[in-house]
Amino acid sequence: MMAHSRHLALPLFSLRFVHIWRRNLLVWRKLALPSMLGNLADPMLYMLGFGYGLGRMLPSMSGTTYIAFLAAGTVCSSIMMSASFEAMYSGFSRMHVQKTWDAIMNAPVTLDDVLFGEAMWTASKSLLSGVAVLIVATALGLTDSWLALWTLPIMFVTGLAFASLGLIMTALSPSYDFFMYYFTLFITPTMLLSDVFFPADQLPPLLQDAGAFLPLSHAVALVRPLMHHTVPGNIALHVGVLALYAGAGFYIALVLTRRRLLR
Amino acid sequence: MNAALHNPPASSHGNPGYADICLEVRGLRKSYGSQEVVAGIDLTLRRGECFGLLGPNGAGKTTTLRLCLGLTDPDGGSITMLGHPVPLAAREARVRIGVVPQTDNLDPDFTARENLLVYGRYFGLSVARMRERIPALLEFAGLSNRADDNIKSLSGGMKRRLTLARALINDPDLIFLDEPTTGLDPQARHLIWERLRQLVGQGKTILLTTHFMDEAERLCHRLAIMDHGRMIVDGSPRELVATHIEPQVVEVYGDGAEAWASERGTQLSERCEQTGETVFCYAHDVEPLLQELEQQPQLRYLHRPANLEDVFLRLTGRDLRD
Repeated sequence: MMAHSRHLALPLFSLRFVHIWRRNLLVWRKLALPSMLGNLADPMLYMLGFGYGLGRMLPSMSGTTYIAFLAAGTVCSSIMMSASFEAMYSGFSRMHVQKTWDAIMNAPVTLDDVLFGEAMWTASKSLLSGVAVLIVATALGLTDSWLALWTLPIMFVTGLAFASLGLIMTALSPSYDFFMYYFTLFITPTMLLSDVFFPADQLPPLLQDAGAFLPLSHAVALVRPLMHHTVPGNIALHVGVLALYAGAGFYIALVLTRRRLLR
Repeated sequence: MNAALHNPPASSHGNPGYADICLEVRGLRKSYGSQEVVAGIDLTLRRGECFGLLGPNGAGKTTTLRLCLGLTDPDGGSITMLGHPVPLAAREARVRIGVVPQTDNLDPDFTARENLLVYGRYFGLSVARMRERIPALLEFAGLSNRADDNIKSLSGGMKRRLTLARALINDPDLIFLDEPTTGLDPQARHLIWERLRQLVGQGKTILLTTHFMDEAERLCHRLAIMDHGRMIVDGSPRELVATHIEPQVVEVYGDGAEAWASERGTQLSERCEQTGETVFCYAHDVEPLLQELEQQPQLRYLHRPANLEDVFLRLTGRDLRD
């Protein structure tokens, strides 16, 4: 019983997470180019392909072109994808395949530090994806607002939210195959319900309601106005939902990972 | 040896919290489901001692190490490591601990040098300290000329040595080694043994698990044999052999060894045991046995003094453990 209650303890945060963050940065630096290409090619191609191809046939959308509409969605979805891949595939490699976390925990570092380091790293890396899309969007003239700089902290919190959700899956996963379920059953619906490719108000009311619970829709609700020179409404609500996903998700991931590794 | 590698324990970090006892374990228990994996263990490790934990697979050796490191919570008992209560202050205790795990978990994306550097950061070591320490550790591991090679290009023995060097990055007082030479060829094993002896010579305290009896016999001042979560015996290798087994062994093989054993072997020795096609005859005086065997040309035999493996097999049985 004692062991179980300790697994439920609140996270103990410390600056030691920086060691894990730096370890991952050192690996990333070695593979930066292919990693960036891999992370960026997909969202960029969709943005340009749909944006210009489909965009020609569409009227302007609440004052902007379709590709400008899509750019904001792509910033957010690229963060979601990058964070999910990092937290799940890379995280699982480090936890289960390479046993990197085990090695770290033999040093004076706790699992809480390791997981927090992973979440912070994942959010940082996904921020980079979001920023890269933002830079391309700016270069294409799809945003010209200084308000867009406010998207940076929002991207980070969004990355943290998807890092936490991904780490929950990692804690539960028996193998890499398991992550396919998450992508098919959660990430893909999220993409379609969260205002990324088309306005969510085009959807039946039930699906609109479902979308309102998804973290990505709240990220888009903040990022899109900011990229289009508008201060978003309901800032506290949207930031709050993202922070809740990040915080509660992290706690759940931590409890599950403790149960898996510290048994 | 390079002076930078080792700071004498007395001068550098005399934790006043513990004097001569590095590790004290009392009544340690741990169950998984209905299976009690560690079933009440007592263990005391003195500074400068090399202690071996022997046992068949599944005896509870690795779980005992994990409990001591604070990586899992015990169901009962107490652990004090380097003056810190575990698991409560396990993290603080691990500041002065080195660990060589059973399976290599070096960072495959890094070079040998980077592995040491990144690991040193987990201990909060300064860049200056590591700049001094890492070349010395690479030399200790015999990897100075492979420092900037990727881990993937190193042999099993090299990786093992690097793992040992990594465990020394913080100049630990107490080193845990979980089956340090499993899977290595004889040359690589001897090199690891030599390094471990050096460390003991420097006053480091070592706790190692192994199922190689020769390893335990060579390295350990004291050892315990564990089975089914309990320590069956402990003592120096010599004491264990002297106390728990007849001093002479004759191994008999060949056609009809089994029939011979049941007829003559059991009469001429104090104890006869059979594993596969080999009969092991134990006795204080084996002369009559050897004379008898001279008359049996179809049988081959080997006369040798009893060793730790004989003790081990006697105490844990000859059945396979998987």
